[in-house]
Order: sequence, then structure tokens, then C-alpha cells
Amino acid sequence: MRTNGPLALIFHTIFVVVMLAPILVVCLVAFTPEGYLSLPTTSFSLRWFRAIANYPEFVHAFWVSLGLGALSSLVAVLFAVPAALAIARYSFRGRDTLAALFLSPLMIPHVVLGIAFLRFFTAIGIGGSFAGLLVAHVVVVFPFALRLTLAAATGMDRSIEMAAVSLGAGDWTLFRRVTLPLILPGVISGWALAFIQSFDDLTMTVFLATPGTETLPVRMFLYIQDNIDPLVTSVSASVIAITMTALILLDRFYGLDRVLAGKNDPGR
Amino acid sequence: MSFLELDRVAKQFGAQTVVDDFSLTVGKGEFVSFLGPSGCGKTTTLQMIAGFLDPTRGAIRLEGHDLTVVQPAKRGLGIVFQSYALFPHMTAAENVAFGLEMRRVPRSECSERVRATLAMVGLAGYEERYPRRMSGGQQQRVALARALVIRPSVLLLDEPLSNLDAKLREEMQIELRQIQRNLGTTTILVTHDQNEAMSLSDRIVVMSQGRIEQIGTPQETYERPASAFVSQFLGKTNDFAATIDRTATPGQLIAGSWSAPAPAGLAGPVTVSIRPERIGFGDAGLAAKIVTRIFQGNHWLFQCESECGAVIVIRQNDGQPQPAEGEAVRLAWRPEDMSLRRAGGAA
Amino acid sequence: MSAAPATDGRDARTAWLLTAPALMLFVGVLVIPLAMTVMLSFHDWGQYKGIEPVFILKNWHEVATDPYFAEMFWRTFRIALLTTLITAVLGAPEAYILNRMSGRWKSFFLLVILGPLLISVVARTLGWALLFGGNNGLVNKLLMSLGLIGSPLPFMFTETGIVIALAHVMMPFMVLSVWAALQRVDPQIENAALSLGAGPFTIIRRIVLPQIMPGVLSGAIIVFSLSASAFATPAIIGGRRLKVAATLAYDEFLNTLNWPLGAAVAVLLLVALVLIVVGSNALIERRYAEVFR
Repeated sequence: MRTNGPLALIFHTIFVVVMLAPILVVCLVAFTPEGYLSLPTTSFSLRWFRAIANYPEFVHAFWVSLGLGALSSLVAVLFAVPAALAIARYSFRGRDTLAALFLSPLMIPHVVLGIAFLRFFTAIGIGGSFAGLLVAHVVVVFPFALRLTLAAATGMDRSIEMAAVSLGAGDWTLFRRVTLPLILPGVISGWALAFIQSFDDLTMTVFLATPGTETLPVRMFLYIQDNIDPLVTSVSASVIAITMTALILLDRFYGLDRVLAGKNDPGR
Repeated sequence: MSFLELDRVAKQFGAQTVVDDFSLTVGKGEFVSFLGPSGCGKTTTLQMIAGFLDPTRGAIRLEGHDLTVVQPAKRGLGIVFQSYALFPHMTAAENVAFGLEMRRVPRSECSERVRATLAMVGLAGYEERYPRRMSGGQQQRVALARALVIRPSVLLLDEPLSNLDAKLREEMQIELRQIQRNLGTTTILVTHDQNEAMSLSDRIVVMSQGRIEQIGTPQETYERPASAFVSQFLGKTNDFAATIDRTATPGQLIAGSWSAPAPAGLAGPVTVSIRPERIGFGDAGLAAKIVTRIFQGNHWLFQCESECGAVIVIRQNDGQPQPAEGEAVRLAWRPEDMSLRRAGGAA
Repeated sequence: MSAAPATDGRDARTAWLLTAPALMLFVGVLVIPLAMTVMLSFHDWGQYKGIEPVFILKNWHEVATDPYFAEMFWRTFRIALLTTLITAVLGAPEAYILNRMSGRWKSFFLLVILGPLLISVVARTLGWALLFGGNNGLVNKLLMSLGLIGSPLPFMFTETGIVIALAHVMMPFMVLSVWAALQRVDPQIENAALSLGAGPFTIIRRIVLPQIMPGVLSGAIIVFSLSASAFATPAIIGGRRLKVAATLAYDEFLNTLNWPLGAAVAVLLLVALVLIVVGSNALIERRYAEVFR
């Protein structure tokens, strides 16, 4: 394998700097000791992180996001595991259509989904409720949970299950003792990826959230629409820190390349 | 005395018939191999016995009871899979104990049987190892122990040795044979490897395209192949055209300049089938020229161009000088070493 | 295995039973709402009477004839196209360079470049807003100190700014897609070309590029469709006046409250994107059927 020349490395360096710059600048500004947007030059201060506590909207929105993310990804996984097992191992009529339907939220612009859910929930009278938000998030993160579970179930050696059956395992024992443990890494990664998707979603949620059910991205977005000050940078920095932690854990647990491979390709 | 009986079993996938008219009776303690190329239906037949597939037609009986109505989980058969199919999240001991757990065997008896079975396959001391930390041969033994510990009525082996290297495969063949003899477990082996089938089995079922070509002892199938397919599939063989002349008395079998008294029955054009190691170089017989001569250690392989087409000859390397390439020779064999079929293939 | 278990009635029943919960969820909460949205685009709306459930073409007529919408859609697709171009031109070489790095550096930089994919879009766009930040923004200061520009360029509230920020947001998708294509390329193939006397430029043009082209194109489809429907970045960088399809629909729904018109815009966006994505997928698969296998 040939190695990269100096030109390639210069390109690479600039590329990486540009990719990181916006994220770094947010994190740096968050530590400014000043009352306005500025890069901290002489000293770092946590005053804007402390200031978050004085804005209950942000704190509340954070808890909403966390609860919504955890719950919607959990529900999505509960729906996705049996569906993934069925799609992975049975060749039945309508299977491809079903798989396409389940992955379709990846293809539909989130703005359209937001509008559709807003219209639907208003019509059936649960507009602005947490329940509506939850159901919407379950549908949107479902493809992520499904894909990773599907990959795990497809990659599994079916004769392992046959072996368990031949040794006398019934359906439920088979699932609990053999199938689930084997697909568990995929299921957990699917859950984690679904959580991050839910936690980060703005475009769809902005249509559905009301002051009581605003998620953190929605709150941040609405805040930025009015004015940009160091407070929103410290909130962003906290979000980045949380995501990074989740990422590192995910990488250790499952391998980030495999997770991201599941995120690619909304087109198919 | 039939222990396991397959009666005109057939399996169709859609319009495609994968196994057809498969009838076989297996005696208790017998070791039977299903031998054939991939796609011949041998694994499908095994899976029907195991219950992972339902036969389209026919019956499978174990000790006279219909097996097809029994759930796969309740059949009590031991299966060793080609991929071993070990539970990767369980240790060797947990793998072996799984079947006993399913049968609610008391814990003390369970651990004793697990220990004894692992010791029997030569894995004493490996109880706490996880499969991924074991070699292919060791995994194979765990799979065997897992299948045997439940004291199965029939042991089903699906290409169990095909993932091992040649030397290890030979060792495992010997060991497998010994274990099977000691336990007296009725065993069915699916394989595409004729040597494996020959060295392990009491009887071989040679299959091709979903049908049984021949059932017989290893010697019978090798010495007296019932069809062109069997003779081709079981080792190297020479097939060439000959004629039986019934006008002479006694009748003469004539192949080029080789001839012998014709056996009773056949007449007209026939196919002669003869194993390469049964052909000798002599003063009279089929005229041939040696095209290539290959030295293979314990034997020589000659490719000859004869009056009746290409012929392969194998001679033991006994230290004697052998004919050189390009040399003209005469090929001869004893009439009892060949088998005859009507020209066109069928026996 | 010589035979895959075929499906009999029992298996099909099990399969439908297992997928039933998810299927009911999707029909109830995805198919029906989408159908209702399409219906909504045909309803009437008035400032004081609100939504009237009738079937008229008023909204579609307005979207089709009012030059405001034509300009807005043209802007939306222009931004998406430029973003796609930038990600392809910069992302493909980067993926190639990344692929040639040695083990540990490779996975480190892959993490650095793909990681932002999972970081909130709001936070990433906020970063660009800070970097652009009026005439005193860091980007302008840097460009001026390098002598590339004489006076500050406007980035905030311009299409240029939207395209730059959007390209940053979408870049990981392109790198990932090209990266995936590169994984299928035999590393020895470049050495083979080298041994046949090809120079580095020839190798890239004749050997590498044709093989990663399917990756670039499928990455382009992803980036294009996500950019054309992007909301957060155009809303924050573009401000209130520079509207794209998604931000316009948002305005119609939550400010003007003309839902039927907003629904028409959204449905049009959806239909246009599905046509473009499906059409180009078909084109690519026909063109590169061999490479895709």
C-alpha cells in the first residue's frame, strides 16, 4: 500500500481543522468569562455553565429530551427485534415491501414527517402532548433500531439455533438463552443510535413541541432565533460532551464503524 | 431389524424436487453415511430426519413410531453441524450442559455427565473455555460432546469434519469411529468426502440429484459400483466401450486387442469399468501408449492413450523400474476386477 | 448449506405475527398521517375561517403560479446541488487519503470526521454562526490576514453561508459513502497498475476513480436529499428572509397558520425528492451494475 504524500497530508490537515472548527469554537466560547460572545483569551470561566441552572427552560428541555430519547428508542427496539427476526429469517410474501415501509422514515424529509404528525395528532386530539411526541419519535428512530438488529440477526449462524432446538429448547427458551444473547450487541447499538437520533432531532420535533414538551434542540433553536449569547454555547458544549461520551462508550462496546455503517444510506 | 426407517421420503421446494423416493432402514448401532456431491439432497434428508424440514411425501419412523409428527425439540436426536454451531456466549461445559438443562436433569447428575462426556472426547480440563478460544478440532469435540451427552437415539453428523485440516480430519475419523463403537449410538453421517464415508461407515448411501444410486458396504460400493455415477464418484475409475460377441462359444468380451470369456447375461455393446490400480502392464492385452507418468510417492500414476480411449493406471511404487513416457505397453486385468454395464450407463 | 429452508404456511404466519406490532404502528402513525397531509394540501384556508375540509386546487395553483415559490424551490435545489458538489469534491479525496493511512491513525481520523454526524445539528450550525459572526467573524479575519480578501464577506444570511455550513453538516455522509466503496477495492490493484507503468495521476484517474464512483454518486444522492430538506442550518444561517422549502413550510404551519399551503409545499418537496432519489438510483444502478454486483 502506498502512503500519502505531503500534499495529501496538507489537504487532510486543513480538512480535519475545518471539520472540527465549528465544534471547537462552540466549546471554547462556552468557557468565556465575558458577558458577550468572545473567545476566552486570558482565563476560562464556568460562569455560563452555572448560568444554565438559572434557565429552567433549558434544564426542563434537557430532561424531556433525555426521557423522550430513552423511552422512544426502547419502544422502537421492542418493536424492531421481532420484526427484524421475521425479516431476517423468513422469506414470506410481502417481506421486501414490509422492509421498505419500515425503513421509509429515513427517506421521508423530517419536515414532512413533522407536518404529517402535527396534522394527525391535532386531528385525533393529542396535539402537543408528550404521548404524541413519543409515538412520532418511535417511528422516526425505528429504522435505526431495525437496521442494526437486522444486521445482527442476518449475520448469525442459523445452525446455532437449530442446535439449541435439537437439544430440546422451546421457542421462548431458544429466544431468551440463545438468540437474544447473540444479537444483543446489535440490539444495544441499535438502541443507542436510536437514542442519539431522538435526542438530536430538531426538524420534526419543532412542529410537535409545545412549551411543556420542548426538547433541548428545539429550545436551543428557538433561543438562537432570538439571540445568540454565551449561554447557548455552554448548553451546546454540554450536549456535545454528552454525545461524545455516548460515542466513546458505543465505540468501545460495538465498534463505531459498524454503527455508522447502519446510519448511512437513507436512500435504500 | 429396523431402528430408523425412511420410507419413500421426498422433499420438494416449489416445483423443484430435492429428494425423491428415499427409502432406507438403519439398524440399531449402525453407522450409515449419506455420500454425494453438494446439492444431491443429502443434507436435506438429514434435516428431514432432524425435523428442520418436513417431508413432502413419505414417512420417517423411529422404532416403529412416526417421527414427522414430533417437534424437532422433542425428537431427542443429537446433531453435529458443519459450522459446529456452538453457543459462543457459553463455555464448553455450559454448551454441553444445555441439552441436559432442557431435560431438567438434576444439577449434580448434570455436571457429572458433562464432565464425563468432555473427558470422553478428550477435553478434560477445558470446561471453562469459551468456544472462540478453542481450536477448530477442540470446537468439533465440544459439538460432539454436546450432541452425545443427551444420549441421543440417533446421532446426526452434517459434514462434521470438513472444516478441519487433512491431518486432524484423519485423527478425528479414527476417534469418532471408536467413540461411536463404544457407545453403540446409531449414527448418520452426511459427507461429500468418499474417504471419510469409506473409513467410518458400516454402510454407504450414495446419492445423486436427490435419488439413491446405491446402498451398500464401503467395499461393495467401491468394488461393485451399481452405476456409472457411483464408480466415478468413488475414487478414480476407467470406463471404456467393449462388445460381447455371443456368436462365438463361449461368448467373448472384446475391448480392442484385449478379450476374455463373457459373463452370462449381457450382449452387444457394453461399458467396462475398472479401477486404475487393478490394471497391470503385461505382454498381451489392450494396446496403449504412455502419455504422462507422474510420481506420487507411494505409487505411480500413468495416463495412457489406448485403443479404447484414455486409461489411467496406478502402480504401487515397489522399487521396480516402470515404463517411461512414450513407451508402448499392453494393459491387462483380471475379469473379476471389472464391472460391466450395458452401454449407455444404467447397470 | 445445500438447501435453504423454504417457507410453508406456518413460517409465513409466524413472520406476520412477529412484524404485526411494527406494521400496525407504521400504518397507524405513518401511512395515515402522510395520507392526511396529502389531503390537507387540497383543503381551503382563510385568515378567519381557518381550515375548510373541501377539495380544491387553490394551494397547488398558488404554488405553481406564484414566482415566489418557484424562486424558493430553485434556491432550495441550488443550495442542495452546491452542497453536494462541495462534499463530493472534498469528501472523496479525503476518504481516499483516510483509507491509505495506517491502522490506528485511520480509525482515529475516521472517528474525528464521522463523529460529528451524531452531534446535534443545532450545535454544529451554531458553531458556523459564531465563526461567520458578522464582519468581525473569525472566518473573515482569517481570510483577510491571509490576504485572500480585501474586505469582509457577508456569510450570515447569505446562500454562501448556508452552503458552507450545510456542506460541513453533510460531509460525513459523503466520506462514509466513499469509504464504504473503497473498502471493496483490492489494495493490490494500485500496485498492479503501478507495475504496469502507470503514474500516480493515471492511477487515480483510471483505476481509483472509476471504482469509487458508485460510492461518490450514492453519497451524492444522500447529501442532496438531506440538503434539499434541511431545516436547522438554513433557518439559523439564512435567518428569517432567506427561505428554503423546509423553513417556508415551517413558517406556514407555525406562524402564518396556513396549513394547507404549507402541506402543499411539503408534499411537493417530498414528491420531488422521491423522484430525484429513485430516478438517480436507477440510473446509477444501471450504469454501475457491474461494480455494484
